[in-house]
Amino acid sequence: MAFVTANWNPLGEAFYRKIELYQMSWNLRDGLRDCLFAAAPYGGPIALLKEPQRRSPSARPQLEIYSSSGISMASFPWKSGPVKQLGWTVSDDLLCVQEDGTVLIYDLFGGFKRHFSMGNEVLQNHVMEAKVFHSPYGTGVAIVTGAFRFTLATNIDDLKLRRLPEVPGLQGAPTCWAVLTQDRQSKVLLASGAELYILDNTACILVTPPGLSPQATSIFHMAVSFSYKYLALFTDSGHVWMGSANLKDKLSEVETKVRTPPKQMAWCRRPKSHQPSVVIMWDRHLLVAGECKDTIQYPAPKDCGVVVTDLDLSCGYHLDDESVLVPELDGVRIVSGTHHELLQEVPAACEEIFKIASMAPGALLLEAHKEYEKESQKADEYLREIKEQSLLGEAVRQCVEAAGYEHEPETQKTLLRAASFGKCFLSNFPPEQFVSMCRDLRVLNAVRDYTVGIPLTQPQYKQMTVQVLIDRLVYRKLYPLAIEICRYLKTPEYQGVSRVLKHWACCKVQQKEEADEVIARAISLKLGEAAGISYSEIAARAYECGRTELAIKLLEFEPRSGEQVPLLLKMKRSQLALSKAIESGDTDLVYTVVTYLKNEMNRGDFFMTLRNQPVALSLYRQFCKYQEQDTLKDLFNQDDDHQELGNFYVRASYQEGKLEARMALLQSAVDEYNKAKNEFAAKATEEEMRLLRFQRRVEEEKAERVLGSSLQDTMHCLLTAGLHKQAEQLYKDFRVPDKRYWWLKLTALAEKEDWDELEKFAKSKKSPIGYLPFVEVCVKHRNKYEAKKYVSKVTPEQRVKAHLAVGELEGAADVAIERRNEGEISLVLSRCSPTTDRALLERLNRARSTVAKK
Amino acid sequence: MAAHLTCGRVNLNILREAARKELREFLDKCAGSKAIVWDEYLTGPFGLIAQYSLLKEHEVEKMFTLKGGRLPAADVKNIIFFVRPRLELMDIIAENVISEDKMRSPRDFHILFVPRHSLLCEQRLKEQGVLGSFINIDQYILDLIPYDGDLLSMESESAFRECYLENDQTSLYHTAKGLMTLQALYGTIPQIFGKGECARHVANMMLRMKREFAGSQTQILPVFDTLLLLDRNVDLLTPLATQLTYEGLIDEIYGITNGYVKLPPEKFAQKKQGEGGKDLPTEPKKLQLNSAEELYAEIRDKNFNAVGAALSKKAKIISAAFEERHNAKTVGEIKQFVSQLPHMQAARSSLANHTSIAELIKDITTSEAFFDNLTVEQEFMTGVDTDKVNTYIEDCISQKDPLIKILRLVCMQSVCNNGLKQKVLDHYKREILQTYGYEHILTLSNLEKTGLLKPQTSTRNSFPTIRKTLKLWMEDANEQNPNDISNVYSGYAPLSVRLTQLLARPGWRSIEEVLKMLPGPHFEERQQLPAGLHKKRQQGENRTTLVFFLGGVTYAEIAALRFLSQMEDGGTEYIIATTKLINGTSWIRSLMDRLETLPF
Repeated sequence: MAFVTANWNPLGEAFYRKIELYQMSWNLRDGLRDCLFAAAPYGGPIALLKEPQRRSPSARPQLEIYSSSGISMASFPWKSGPVKQLGWTVSDDLLCVQEDGTVLIYDLFGGFKRHFSMGNEVLQNHVMEAKVFHSPYGTGVAIVTGAFRFTLATNIDDLKLRRLPEVPGLQGAPTCWAVLTQDRQSKVLLASGAELYILDNTACILVTPPGLSPQATSIFHMAVSFSYKYLALFTDSGHVWMGSANLKDKLSEVETKVRTPPKQMAWCRRPKSHQPSVVIMWDRHLLVAGECKDTIQYPAPKDCGVVVTDLDLSCGYHLDDESVLVPELDGVRIVSGTHHELLQEVPAACEEIFKIASMAPGALLLEAHKEYEKESQKADEYLREIKEQSLLGEAVRQCVEAAGYEHEPETQKTLLRAASFGKCFLSNFPPEQFVSMCRDLRVLNAVRDYTVGIPLTQPQYKQMTVQVLIDRLVYRKLYPLAIEICRYLKTPEYQGVSRVLKHWACCKVQQKEEADEVIARAISLKLGEAAGISYSEIAARAYECGRTELAIKLLEFEPRSGEQVPLLLKMKRSQLALSKAIESGDTDLVYTVVTYLKNEMNRGDFFMTLRNQPVALSLYRQFCKYQEQDTLKDLFNQDDDHQELGNFYVRASYQEGKLEARMALLQSAVDEYNKAKNEFAAKATEEEMRLLRFQRRVEEEKAERVLGSSLQDTMHCLLTAGLHKQAEQLYKDFRVPDKRYWWLKLTALAEKEDWDELEKFAKSKKSPIGYLPFVEVCVKHRNKYEAKKYVSKVTPEQRVKAHLAVGELEGAADVAIERRNEGEISLVLSRCSPTTDRALLERLNRARSTVAKK
Repeated sequence: MAAHLTCGRVNLNILREAARKELREFLDKCAGSKAIVWDEYLTGPFGLIAQYSLLKEHEVEKMFTLKGGRLPAADVKNIIFFVRPRLELMDIIAENVISEDKMRSPRDFHILFVPRHSLLCEQRLKEQGVLGSFINIDQYILDLIPYDGDLLSMESESAFRECYLENDQTSLYHTAKGLMTLQALYGTIPQIFGKGECARHVANMMLRMKREFAGSQTQILPVFDTLLLLDRNVDLLTPLATQLTYEGLIDEIYGITNGYVKLPPEKFAQKKQGEGGKDLPTEPKKLQLNSAEELYAEIRDKNFNAVGAALSKKAKIISAAFEERHNAKTVGEIKQFVSQLPHMQAARSSLANHTSIAELIKDITTSEAFFDNLTVEQEFMTGVDTDKVNTYIEDCISQKDPLIKILRLVCMQSVCNNGLKQKVLDHYKREILQTYGYEHILTLSNLEKTGLLKPQTSTRNSFPTIRKTLKLWMEDANEQNPNDISNVYSGYAPLSVRLTQLLARPGWRSIEEVLKMLPGPHFEERQQLPAGLHKKRQQGENRTTLVFFLGGVTYAEIAALRFLSQMEDGGTEYIIATTKLINGTSWIRSLMDRLETLPF
């Protein structure tokens, strides 16, 4: 424990430390010399493209992929064109940018995925330099061509090439450049001599960093921070300028006294850093520059007179080996042929606890716990000291936090034990921080293991989320570990175990040597229990690999029939797709398949298919009813559905404005109804045609607008027009029931107030509807005088009503009493007013009581 | 505001809140000011979920009705179409988008499909070349809309027509999905019963969907014990009969849409002192009807003949309450009286409203025409002369009474006689065609396809057996103090509700024979509950049953179910769900084919 600070170096206010992550297990003969190198951030994989040993036309460079600990994952000879740049995407795919502007994409295991081009212009001018960058929109590629023009693609998964405007007066290649993401836009920052330009979609703007030392005549190198918030420039005068990426603020400027262009420069910041700092690397040495005048140098160069604050030779780090800097969100990783290290600012919590002679509560608690282990009473003294200042909670928090920043499990344990010890003396201390830190560390230690080789720090882990970590493990086919982690963290099955299993299955279907049967069985066995597995996705992958049969087998396991449909259509299993769509009950899906089938098949087959699927057929009919009337007719024809065909013609006939056309369609309807043996409908339709013909005649001869009205309305119209003969003819021709005709004539005449004709009509023969309607209709047309004429003709049963209708209370009373009908007597009584009809009331009451007695 | 949803046995406000949350989330997805373009059909149902105020809070500044041509000018950043997934609507939207003024500052377009998005519609938009113009294409899953404390409706007018006439089961799919949503919020329903083809189909889809979502099961203690799915065509009779409850009559006469009724204004003229006979309002009076109104909750389900007494009793209580003020002597007493004033005033205005409505209805129910019609209905239901041509119907046709009234009666006779003799049927059809016009031949054909109208096929009429076994006619219906569900139709006990009642006690096994006479299969399914969610019933605790009417339910049937819920020894409380609240008129209208006739 005493050695925790052994690798610390102070710089201004802060300390910097270099931690060894791995001794590389690869065996590189020439180290990293003469090769293209790309390491993915967040402890991702490393790719190397090595130039061949002997230069001969037949010799091919070798592409190798390693984990961060140097375990080989793939190695194969490069057979495509010359590569300018390697880079990793956010989903752990390798991008190889070729000289001709083609970008090839490989997976972690060297499997070729796809390729795209950075544009035609590149073909002639070639890629001079390329950079792969990450932004909130995904992984992007930027290139500069031999003609010094820049082209950008912000997201390679949604490729949109942007050719940036020309830089005015740019004669040679820019001395250095970088990609910035600002205001939701990717821009290029480039230096040509001492000039600095920002290139965006539309313009090229000359900018000046505030306070840049005037001695500089050329900017050698630039570095943008992980978050795109900060920018560092290295000038030929040996100055490092640090400021905000929008070039508004200067943070510091440090003179390094080195005037040769550095090989690499990277920001070495962490969230909540004490100070901005960059790491600069030359062939032989490494330098950390911050806010103060001092720098840290590894190893101390003997030939230049820089003030060296501290020497660090004890870690056995040899910079005479070729190294590469990999910027991370909280530090810089340094990869060399033999080692893999992390250089970072010491986090505040660690500094507080481990700084020599620190009196911070965490440091005291650690000490107390140490004494406790030794069974010394000093433990109590330390503890008391913390408690007296009521800082025990703070101490526990410090220890837990610091544990998160430590790489060595032993150190983590010591800190956590101390925290746990401290917790015992606190009541109601929330346990969440401690518990979740233990969990996080367990996961982190598991993935940091050199067999896995993902050297994540805790802040990186928090930033990337468990979801992404699981994805990364899945990309590496570390399925068991991924599942273990999901189970350990109790991730919901949906997002956890099931997702991993799905990826496993997607990988499984690509095993070409195994038979369809075997794979299908293996997958169903393993996935059977897991919830929320999307078999259709797995099947889709199998189909992509050209294994249609396997895909169909796998689809069988998919419980959501709706999900099966799109893939089945893609595989041209349209009949199956149709039955699955129907099974799902989702009519929209059925419609989708039907429209697809309609375009795929010839009409005959299409109709036959529908015929076997009544649900689809009725839906399609509905569709046709509104969209394609003619198809509807064909459908009915094919099914010999004459009834529906008849209805179809009737419907169509009403859309015809010409009588002849309507008649023709109605005639077709008659034929169909006859075929359907629907006598009634056929006859009714014939009658309608007869009526139409009659109506036309009337219109021509008598100029009455009747065409298209119902029989009843036609007769009504004729009667009100005084065309009794014509009405009579319809009544006879269409065998209108007497009752209805009488009602009709009665109302029509009353409406016309043709009372003479009405009287004649009433006397013409015995009314089939009786004479009460005559009374009522007359009253309705406010003619009581006429109404009274018919009262005497009303049958005795209805006569009371008739009398009442014309307002003859006396008459009504007489009839009611005569008929000895209690109900009728009461009815009349209810109409009597107690003031004016007193005599009548008495008479009725008397009568009622006599009737009631009987 | 949604108080009426929380008062029942099941808190249906959870469902409403879930729907509102989803709406807010969608609106926030479209950042900036917005205008909504409405598929007119949706405004009513949406009103049950969210008022304009909610939309306004989320920067909805304008609302338009969807129609062809160019969209009205509105200085907003987003235009959102709220539409049903219908092809004809897609064409209108495409027209809107294409004719958008290119000169103005561009507006972002979004579509929200209700209740579900549709590939077919997207395809249509693609064909029209406008699919790319939409920033968001989303769906707003609105299947079951909370309507009242014990009532859910999908407000899908054409559900019956689609299912039973056009064999289009889209609404059943939505039903099944809606029931899944309900189960996600209220727990898995352990028992499912059903009767009818559509019920079977819905149950099958539910079971399938449950398998599909295996593993994502919610750990919620089930609120519902039983689900009963009933096809409307199992009981075609009930909606045809005139409803005789207060709420039923309001619906029959004035029509209740989305919980609102529009009434003739004359009776509601405010008689303010001093103003005397000012001009009468001409706008119809719009009233919201739900159980949040105490008085309405009390009288809505009563037989109309019992409403008068209830109203006068209430009037006495209210005036007694107002009299209290004379007794209030101390400051404290006066203060207490004043604090109750708003409540009392609300009660008084509610009383005034319902007294007016009751008067309006009474004018109609006491008319001879109403009485004659009811007499014929009751004759049919009791089996009097159902096999002959009915003279009352003939007379009504002769006098050209509204066609729907005629169709209701003819269908009723057909249903009560298990089909009409061919001669009788043809006579009616001929009379209808000659009087109302030949074009109604298509409507008649529709009624025959749904079984509402049919020729007699067997000589035996099974309806009397059904009526007797299920006790569908109760001679001694007590309208004032009901002791049976038959009071809602003054004698006729709705078949659907009788089936529900018998399912709870003694179970359907006792009526197997009758069930076989009714169309469609009857079935029972059980859904496995996750361990630990089995309900331990307290002594005397009621069971909760969700009754789902596929194809519509009437207010009288709801009243009958509420009566069963309130029965002291009933043991079961009912929550009602349906595709649409219907009455005979709206139901028959939905089955009519209205032709757009070209004039000569």
